[in-house]
Amino acid sequence: MTAPRAAERAEAERLFAAFVAARGEPVETDILQPADTLLDLYGEDIRARAYVTHDPLRGEMMLRPDFTVPVVQMHMAEDREPARYCYMGEVFRKQDTASEGRASEYLQVGFELFARQHPAGADAEVFALFARLLAPLNLRPVTGDLGIILAAIDGLKTSARRKAALTRHVWRPRRFRALLDRFAGRTPVPPARQRLLDRLASDSVDALIEAAGPFVGLRTPEEIAMRARGLIEDADTPPISATEATILDDLLSLEAAAPAALAHLREITADLPSIAPAVDTFADRLAALEAEGVDISTLPFEASHGRTTLEYYDGFVFSFLADRPGWPPVASGGRYDALTAVLGQGRTLPAVGGVIRPALVATLKGDDA
Amino acid sequence: MTLKIGVPSKGRLMEKTFDWFGARGLPMRRAGTEREYSGAVDGIDGIDLVLLSAGEIPRELAAGRIHLGVTGSDLVRDKLADWHSQVAELAPLGFGHADLIIAVPAAWIDVDTLDDLDAAASAFRAVHGHRLRIATKYHRLVRDFLTEQGIADYQLVDSQGATEGTVKNLTAEAIADITSTGETLRANHLKILSDGLVHSSEATLYAARHAGWSVAERQLLKRIAGRLGLAVPADL
Repeated sequence: MTAPRAAERAEAERLFAAFVAARGEPVETDILQPADTLLDLYGEDIRARAYVTHDPLRGEMMLRPDFTVPVVQMHMAEDREPARYCYMGEVFRKQDTASEGRASEYLQVGFELFARQHPAGADAEVFALFARLLAPLNLRPVTGDLGIILAAIDGLKTSARRKAALTRHVWRPRRFRALLDRFAGRTPVPPARQRLLDRLASDSVDALIEAAGPFVGLRTPEEIAMRARGLIEDADTPPISATEATILDDLLSLEAAAPAALAHLREITADLPSIAPAVDTFADRLAALEAEGVDISTLPFEASHGRTTLEYYDGFVFSFLADRPGWPPVASGGRYDALTAVLGQGRTLPAVGGVIRPALVATLKGDDA
Repeated sequence: MTLKIGVPSKGRLMEKTFDWFGARGLPMRRAGTEREYSGAVDGIDGIDLVLLSAGEIPRELAAGRIHLGVTGSDLVRDKLADWHSQVAELAPLGFGHADLIIAVPAAWIDVDTLDDLDAAASAFRAVHGHRLRIATKYHRLVRDFLTEQGIADYQLVDSQGATEGTVKNLTAEAIADITSTGETLRANHLKILSDGLVHSSEATLYAARHAGWSVAERQLLKRIAGRLGLAVPADL
């Protein structure tokens, strides 16, 4: 049974008070948010999940699907740090399947920390705060660090084009896998691509476009030519070495308690030196977590955690999971520096935060009582 | 007690539906005048034939206002969220074949696969400042397909008709639409991606899971299914 609304609200207020006590400055955001910013950031994923409506003066609007974007926008106007914000309010997500724990309208309580100094310490502060608040529920925490994966890709001995393609698809594991397999020469060049490369060897791009018939659409012949040149360049790029591809596979599938994960990552660093700074950050974070009183000896680390959520986490990520089939995480969060860079038009405002679903907390407490 | 069967109200889909049921011992016909939307089923009492627009049949099935319905599998999968939980597929009927495909300008010599489309979308967004637009009326089917395939940097724009023309009119860069022969695509200088088949649609007989189903209606369904040579799903 999902908790009644009154229990959800009471739990939300309790959590919110705890965030205020942790020096969070209470903030409010509009429920109606301009759709274009959210659509541009999240694309079709958010269109499928958010309630979109039309305002006669402001155009397409969305019922707030989360607080992160409006809170970041608000913080940018202030630009002082460190800053800690907390919030509580309804969020709205369309659900395609009816299942317990997945409401289309529910309260979210969140905490966000903006700080340029000592990111590992900021990560640890937020995680420890959530862990303390949720401790009585015996949830399973999971942590990850997308920064390590991004650093590993950056260190591959291959073209900038291939690294960019892999980086772009870190959050879409299936396409990432297909790209890595192709770049590593594990899957053959698709026949149509080979035919195109053969034709480009003797004909110009313009001649091929000409032969394809009348030109339609906004994508210009220059753009087609540029990509064709890219394909030729890529065909001449040697495959990513089997060693590097194996290390990457090994890294992506790493699941262990934090200390063992750190030891394993240190070993990998010998073959993939580019991840050294990210692994140092991971080590700093573990030290900071320990200083915050978190028992890191059993803290689960999964390198690929956070790869299937909306693509704005790019560093430390965490979730707290209940042992209930079909439930979303009771709480989740992470570092989203890249998101603030997009919203800040170049200005980066390093930030880490997370949200709790009070309805799920109340349900767990109610079922225990 | 009446068991309501919804069938397409006009055209080839209606005729072929009538043929299909007729050939299996359940003759259907239109009742009243040529322009009146009502029908009848001969041979078994208690069946009410409801003539509906094929596009409305998924909604009527979901609401349980009809017990059985014939419509395209593309419409059911696009219009109904989690369609398995709302309707049960009784039988594909072997006609009304059409493929929902993704097509791009034929002049895009660098694009043959979804992988190419994805790479082109990334570069397109960087150049034009907005996501690559795909015009369609099949939003759920296309979005689910592209999400499953891990395609990024695109957006769907709604097109309820003449979708093949949107590229020339510069309101979309690519389209996702139903095609049976591909002639309209070629005439509009578009080509199908080699792995761009979103769904192979076919006229299909569905049963509504939330239609109430009294004991008498269930017995009648068994008789109809027996006549048609079909099995009634155990979980219906």
